[in-house]
Amino acid sequence: MSHVTEILLSFLVLAGAAFTFIGSLGLFRLRDFYTRLHGPTKATTLGVGCLLVASSIFFSVTGEGLSLHEILVSLFLFITAPISAHLLAKAALHRKLPSLTPPAETFDTPESQE
Amino acid sequence: MKPAKKWLPHPLLTPVLAAVWLLLNNSIAPGQILLGLLLGWAVPRFTLAFWPERVRFRAPGRLLRFAGVFLHDVLIANLSVARLILAGPRVLRPAFVVVPLELTNDLAISLLANTICLTPGTVSARLSADRRHLLVHVLTTESPAELVGMIKTRFEAPLKEIFEC
Amino acid sequence: MLNLALTLAFALVGGAFALSFLRLLKGPDAADRILALDTLYINAIALLVLLGIHLASPLYFEAALLIALMGFVGTVALAKFLLRGDIIE
Repeated sequence: MSHVTEILLSFLVLAGAAFTFIGSLGLFRLRDFYTRLHGPTKATTLGVGCLLVASSIFFSVTGEGLSLHEILVSLFLFITAPISAHLLAKAALHRKLPSLTPPAETFDTPESQE
Repeated sequence: MKPAKKWLPHPLLTPVLAAVWLLLNNSIAPGQILLGLLLGWAVPRFTLAFWPERVRFRAPGRLLRFAGVFLHDVLIANLSVARLILAGPRVLRPAFVVVPLELTNDLAISLLANTICLTPGTVSARLSADRRHLLVHVLTTESPAELVGMIKTRFEAPLKEIFEC
Repeated sequence: MLNLALTLAFALVGGAFALSFLRLLKGPDAADRILALDTLYINAIALLVLLGIHLASPLYFEAALLIALMGFVGTVALAKFLLRGDIIE
């Protein structure tokens, strides 16, 4: 492995782990449910994305050929993370969780539609 | 139903599924390509009952540009969210914002909701029953009106161009 | 150098696990706990990917993929349960 790849890999691994950590930090330290939702959906997704790119480069360099199947996991996470966030936000609104700012009146209907 | 439509209900899905199969196997051997194409044909054919509507792109070229904008914004949004989290809860001005929708296509609306979730410090929280408004929670904002305008011009307008006329 | 970066990254992901776990214990609402579980499975994916690089073994990728699939289904089922009080109608 050349020096440039090693530096690139180290950077990606560190950036990915840092983003994962910051996402969980947001989950831990922010004050209401709706703001807490932002940490895991964004920072963590990009963090895992960085780690997967690093893994893809690592196995392409050391293995017997191009290794692209990591893209599949990132793609899947990028599709599913917003869906879980949306569903959880909907569930929180449904349970009328306290929020730092009240939601707009037009949405004050308690039913949940599909 | 015309035979072509019955036997190849989602022409776009076939190459996508084949590509996913190849990625999953991490190989481009001819046998795997053939098997991937076979699966790509068989899966849409036999799950036809679940999604009868065919996906149509009016402007496929715009889709690539939209993907570029999207990836760029994901990066920016992540950096800004990370900075906000590190700055602590006191600097945040969270708010709920209502975005009026012009899109009518279901796929376009869900793509918009997903894009909003991943990009500018926002999470889409609920779609109104008549599908005309989207409730969005934003981590920090100075002017909600500006944010709505940004979402509409940056994400909704290209999606409208891609999926509707 | 990569080894040093990997060690640091393991520590950071471990910290992420600890923080998510604290949120899981603290709550206060069921929705917070589901969000914490969601974060924990994503952290587990990160840890498995790191372990795969560390041991130079592509085996861990399959596990990460499976966790991604199952974790998502779990989160959706739990969120659905909060919304409806029922998973399968």
